[in-house]
Amino acid sequence: MVQISSNLLYIAFILYLIATFFFAGSIKIHSDKAAKKTNRWSLIGILITIIGFVSQVGYFITRWIAGGHAPVSNLFEFTTFFGMMLVAAFIIIYFIYKTPVLGVFTLPVALLVIAYASMFPKEITPLIPALQSDWLHIHVTTAAAGEAILSISFAAGLIYLIKHVDQTRRSQRTFWLELTLFGLIATLGFIAVSSAFSSAGYETKFSWVDKRGSDAETVYHMPALVGPHKYEMKTKGNMAPLAEMPAMVNAEKLNTVIWSLFGGIIIYLIIRLVSRRRVAALLQPLVRRIDLNLVDEIGYRSVLIGFPIFTLGALIFAMIWAQMAWTRFWGWDPKEVWALVTFLFYAVFLHLRLSKGWHGEKSAWLAVIGFVIIMFNLIAVNLVIAGLHSYA
Amino acid sequence: MKEVKCECGHINPVGTVICEACGRVIGDGDGSEKLLDMRYEASPRRSQHYNKTIVDKIWNFFSSVKVGVWLIVITLVASAVGTIFPQEMYIPPTIPADQYYKQEYGTLGQLYYQLGFDNLYSSWWYMILIASIGISLVICSLDRVIPLYKALKNQRTAPREGFLEKQRLFGITEDSADGVDIPSIKQNLASKRYSIKEENGSILAEKNRFSRWGPYVNHIGLIIFLFGALLRFVPGMYVDETLWVREGETKEVPGTDGKLYLKNEKFIRQLYNKSKDDQVFQDALKKNPAVIKNFQTNAVLYEKKGDTLPGEQPELKKVETDKIQVNRPLKYKHFAFYQSDYKLDEMNKMKFRLIDKKTQTSFGGLTIDLYDPKKDYNLGKGYRVELLNYFPDFEFDENSEPVTKSRIPNNPAFVFNMVTPDRPKGEASFVAIRQTIEPEGNNKYKMAFNGIETQNVTGLTVRKDMTLWFLAIGGAIFMIGVVQGAYWNHRRIWIQRKKGQVWIAAHTNKNWYGMKREIHSILTGTALQEPKDQLDEKS
Amino acid sequence: MAKKQRLVVRTIILLLLAAALVYALYANLTKDKTKQVKMNAAAPDFVLTDMKGTKHQLSDYKGKGVVLNFWGTWCKPCEKEMPYMDSQYKDFKAKGVEILAVNVGESNYSVQNFIDQYHLSFPVMIDKKSEVQNAYKVDPLPVTFIIDKTGKVIDQFTGSLSESQINSFMNRIKP
Repeated sequence: MVQISSNLLYIAFILYLIATFFFAGSIKIHSDKAAKKTNRWSLIGILITIIGFVSQVGYFITRWIAGGHAPVSNLFEFTTFFGMMLVAAFIIIYFIYKTPVLGVFTLPVALLVIAYASMFPKEITPLIPALQSDWLHIHVTTAAAGEAILSISFAAGLIYLIKHVDQTRRSQRTFWLELTLFGLIATLGFIAVSSAFSSAGYETKFSWVDKRGSDAETVYHMPALVGPHKYEMKTKGNMAPLAEMPAMVNAEKLNTVIWSLFGGIIIYLIIRLVSRRRVAALLQPLVRRIDLNLVDEIGYRSVLIGFPIFTLGALIFAMIWAQMAWTRFWGWDPKEVWALVTFLFYAVFLHLRLSKGWHGEKSAWLAVIGFVIIMFNLIAVNLVIAGLHSYA
Repeated sequence: MKEVKCECGHINPVGTVICEACGRVIGDGDGSEKLLDMRYEASPRRSQHYNKTIVDKIWNFFSSVKVGVWLIVITLVASAVGTIFPQEMYIPPTIPADQYYKQEYGTLGQLYYQLGFDNLYSSWWYMILIASIGISLVICSLDRVIPLYKALKNQRTAPREGFLEKQRLFGITEDSADGVDIPSIKQNLASKRYSIKEENGSILAEKNRFSRWGPYVNHIGLIIFLFGALLRFVPGMYVDETLWVREGETKEVPGTDGKLYLKNEKFIRQLYNKSKDDQVFQDALKKNPAVIKNFQTNAVLYEKKGDTLPGEQPELKKVETDKIQVNRPLKYKHFAFYQSDYKLDEMNKMKFRLIDKKTQTSFGGLTIDLYDPKKDYNLGKGYRVELLNYFPDFEFDENSEPVTKSRIPNNPAFVFNMVTPDRPKGEASFVAIRQTIEPEGNNKYKMAFNGIETQNVTGLTVRKDMTLWFLAIGGAIFMIGVVQGAYWNHRRIWIQRKKGQVWIAAHTNKNWYGMKREIHSILTGTALQEPKDQLDEKS
Repeated sequence: MAKKQRLVVRTIILLLLAAALVYALYANLTKDKTKQVKMNAAAPDFVLTDMKGTKHQLSDYKGKGVVLNFWGTWCKPCEKEMPYMDSQYKDFKAKGVEILAVNVGESNYSVQNFIDQYHLSFPVMIDKKSEVQNAYKVDPLPVTFIIDKTGKVIDQFTGSLSESQINSFMNRIKP
């Protein structure tokens, strides 16, 4: 069952990848004025996406049956589920607005998310008592669905900015847009570097001294660029660290971050060198025919649809469950606070739009920031800031 | 600022864009704006225009959306800052906060502590921020909902000159010979659930006006929620206590005024078992073998009958028997008991044998109840053990004197006097875990350790929260409001016949794409041309 | 007229909101205090039996001042103040001041040992089921309540008392 489940996820991943090319292809042909074929290409694209989605739902159900609980209980499962919801949200929005270009941007984000998820341990973990509740799937799935729909506004915002921001001259806007795209590329870098080293089975053991002065051990899965405080290498023959970190810093995580940035920068530089253009400029032809007002509306609508679902899942259901499991509905745990931050941010988004008339580009930038906050809550809060939610 | 007089003679309040009486577009002067600002139905928010007394000034401050947005942004940033390092309530209780932050996080941590971020969410300034958002919610809503209500209630079926052409969706069709099929347009509108008003051939079709109240409904929900949060401070609304009960022990529940007692019959902690539990967890358990499956207290809840005083033997009536687990609290009346902590294998009884050191002959054993030791243990045949001193949680203090750190027998130590027929005065011996000291040296007898009995202690959280109802109602109203505002759109279509032309204009508060599609399907086959999006022309 | 009315309405709403804010801030600042026994209110009554077997009911001491002390044998500050209390007790007993020393639920053995060690002459009792501690919301030790002849708590002190502090407390509740 577990094997079937992971195969289904793999199939879904491949199908999303293929669908992305079909959506991209539909745009290419469009510019060749073969209007009739457009529909066929994007129709095939959405069809493949749906089959991929069904396959991923299959992964979800089989894993649920195998594990006896909804597979949303650790970082791998949750992040994968988030990717699945992203695809679901895209499918819904696609049928409302019929814009294949949205697929060209949403599906790669979903692919990155799912690939990123698979970097975490994939075993089915037993549930600790606090998680043994029906609210596990009610709360987590609703929250993930809300976040996924909100993320669609990021894709729409990105499309808006790629088309709207003037690439003929350097400006602050081109810089920030490149940085946003670099963020996505760095994720790709992380996935590439860590899967490369893990398939090579790279491992270096260190013993080191932690901040309380006691001995600790840690295992690196990538060559050590920075070593832990007062380290001693236990594995012979591997690369020795170039620098030593103070005890305060988690050197292993920092090392991974450095490698990911390194990988990201290399990919980015290759793209820049080959194309001799900014990545955003490179993507511009894809969005040439898109109607800015329509993209702006897609972004706004996905916030409108996602905000209530997010509030329900990440705040209200969360509070109900927290009252049962942790005896209080709200305890200022980092994850709770960041859910509140996300809520407040999108509240600001809506107020600025409704009352201050922040449409178009301003709205698109806000959507990008919103996505950064969601990703921060999804990833950094669990990995960096320890709290009650760090189950992974 | 002055009031605005319309051509029709009506005196409108300052800031009016559309005359209250006749609906003419007044505007602020040159009329260069191509589209009308329809946010609040172009009606005036009077508050903005009176600024005389201090009350008005404060009112206007909180009435501004700009101020509201800034308040939210500041709260957002402050909240995020509070997660950089853990809050004081999450740090280990063994280290004082002023040392902890410096020790764990260095200079930055110390600064964090000194700036008071360790207790950010209960700081006065954070509370003022939240309260200001609350005030802003009340005033912003009042200031906008009343004019909006009036404007929508008094809206004209046939708006005057200048209104239609300043709508975003607007179009003119020449009324040719075959004629625009108004009745079938009306039919189509009705089938799309528009309510239609007609006045001298002018049509106003409108639907989902209630969606406009969404923001105000959700603000009411938030206000109720914040009010509920405020209620927590009212005495009697909220109880949060911790109750530690050993197995077999019955304790009065704190926070209940001596009304409830709870007995811990048994505390159970189960781990996932690699061989017994589901095979699918194998891999995960290999990596991390100690995963807890269950915490459970088998508890009996008693209610006190009659009015006995504290310390008096109470008459208890069993009211509830339950297995308290995480996620499954025991609830009784307004109180809930949560499984929140535990201590396994706390020492309860300790057994010794009195032996001859050389021959290892035993002269009998004794069991010391660590919670209720006796002064004297008679082993018979002239063998007797006196307890000279007892340290339940033994350590040496700074003067190397044995002392006890607490009353809990975490590390019991005893000073025995072993009285035997051949040593009638007795031999003194200090006995702690894995440690025996003989003050006079060279004892003949020894207290040999002969096992312990342990028991588990359960830590329950006792909670009463009468504010939950307010919070639930507030949350529900918020959700209703937010869905009402987000998932429905207020749409209006105006159709007028003018000098051989048919004018059509449409407005929606959002989702223009959907609006256009709806107009398309309404107008199909009616000879009326679809209105153009004037925003498209502009760009 | 309308303007005046508007001003009144606005003033009332602002005052209500301000009142809520002030209440929240005040309640937040004093939330630790609400977890204590109310001052100048009747002391919660209780019955405990001392180590000699005598029953003591607080309300029986109406007309006398009572020093109610909560303590534990392991608690150093408690240990420090006990001899002071004993010496003051010897002075004030005849003047109508009683000491009730409530141990927070240790074994008879430990408490008796402690009494013998310090030759305490005032009644010492053990609150085995924590009922009296709950009634007085005792948390850190030692804590001393002084109760006047009408049975009202007039002061409370957390921490080790000096002999002069005990003296002044006893003078305050001397009938």
